[in-house]
Amino acid sequence: MMENNWYIELAWIVAKILAVIVPLLIAVAYLTLAERRVIGFMQLRKGPNVVGPFGLFQPFADALKLMAKETILPAGADKTVFMIAPMLTFVLALVAWAVIPFDAGMVLADINVGVLYLFAISSLGVYGVIMAGWASNSKYAFLGALRSAAQMVSYEVSMGLVIINVLVCVGSLNLSAIVEAQRDMWFAVPLFPMFAVFFISTLAETNRAPFDLPEGESELVAGYFVEYSSMSFALFFLGEYANMILMSAITTLLFLGGWLPPFDFAPFNLIPGPIWFILKICLLLFVFLWVRATTPRYRYDQLMRLGWKVFLPFSLIYVVLTAGYLVATDSLPGLIG
Amino acid sequence: MDAYLGDYLPIAIFMAIAISLSLAFILSAFVVGSQKPDIEKLTAYECGFDAFDDSRKPFDVRFYLVAILFIIFDLEIAFLFPWAVALGDIGLFGFWSMMVFLGILTIGFIYEWKKGALEWE
Repeated sequence: MMENNWYIELAWIVAKILAVIVPLLIAVAYLTLAERRVIGFMQLRKGPNVVGPFGLFQPFADALKLMAKETILPAGADKTVFMIAPMLTFVLALVAWAVIPFDAGMVLADINVGVLYLFAISSLGVYGVIMAGWASNSKYAFLGALRSAAQMVSYEVSMGLVIINVLVCVGSLNLSAIVEAQRDMWFAVPLFPMFAVFFISTLAETNRAPFDLPEGESELVAGYFVEYSSMSFALFFLGEYANMILMSAITTLLFLGGWLPPFDFAPFNLIPGPIWFILKICLLLFVFLWVRATTPRYRYDQLMRLGWKVFLPFSLIYVVLTAGYLVATDSLPGLIG
Repeated sequence: MDAYLGDYLPIAIFMAIAISLSLAFILSAFVVGSQKPDIEKLTAYECGFDAFDDSRKPFDVRFYLVAILFIIFDLEIAFLFPWAVALGDIGLFGFWSMMVFLGILTIGFIYEWKKGALEWE
């Protein structure tokens, strides 16, 4: 029976994957619009509002414009690596979604090392950046890539340590188990300092303001993707924004209780889980935009100081404190599965 | 074992779809947009100048230092992952073993700090 039905099963998996990718890409498109509108309003101007009602068709106009542009392959560039870099960035930003649970049991691949998978995929993201910067054979791109790579790996260390804090409290690497462990209390409450560190690290990890030095337009033009045009540029852009959504989703899963409602009584628990999950992601994304409209850019030495001398020791000490507290009060979670 | 690997099948398919999607995006630009490269378009961007020289040049050693530090601490995190998950089973002995390990690492970290490996001026 299995042999006869394998193609149905395959089609079902593909349908589920498309049900993740298509809304994600639309979300990315509207995130770019939301960014321009929100920052526009925060700066007392209107933002794009001409194409379609409230500018709602603006992202599609932008996409078509980019598609009609010429793809430049610089003469000095390593052309293969030059084309692979944006593809890698985009693919990595998408495949991470395979393990994100949207509701209890509503996940593509419910693997038991979900956190490890996410950590691995987000670590690979630095390759897209460094490949783009190196292959472009342009000074701005190269400097941007170096800065970006150093920044991403620096903040990955503190992100890893923050994740350890959550893992000690849960005792499982499965993302659904992590969410279920927050039924009584979201980890954002007892681990609030770690939540703050994690969120700030995601800003640095996605090269967002105030840590957008790799793109620092006043000095590096556009950083590592200065030589890119047309759809290869669009892939970087999509990848970067998909990464923002992904990071918000991870923060939600680890600290804000994923699909769980904030209070477990009506009317809150009548709203389906995926809606809560998306609402929490939108809230975090709004903070991303808000931070960009509010804070000035960091200097590079300040950035490295914050990563290595503040976040790293702080999150390391917090790991010891969390584990020590749980061992001392004998409230460690047992091994699951 | 089969069921265990089966969990990863959607990820493999997901990766295949993502790669074909990105290929389709790139090719669409070649199909829709016109390609008229000329020498000015193809030179590296440098604020309107002709590029002075090649960008493949030595760069600051501190970036290398950061990469080395990253490897050390990322390895530490790789050790901490299984420890954190299994802490409920290994109990007090596991806890103190890791504290000794972290203590040694902290000594190294303090040394780095004092040596100025973390300074960017």
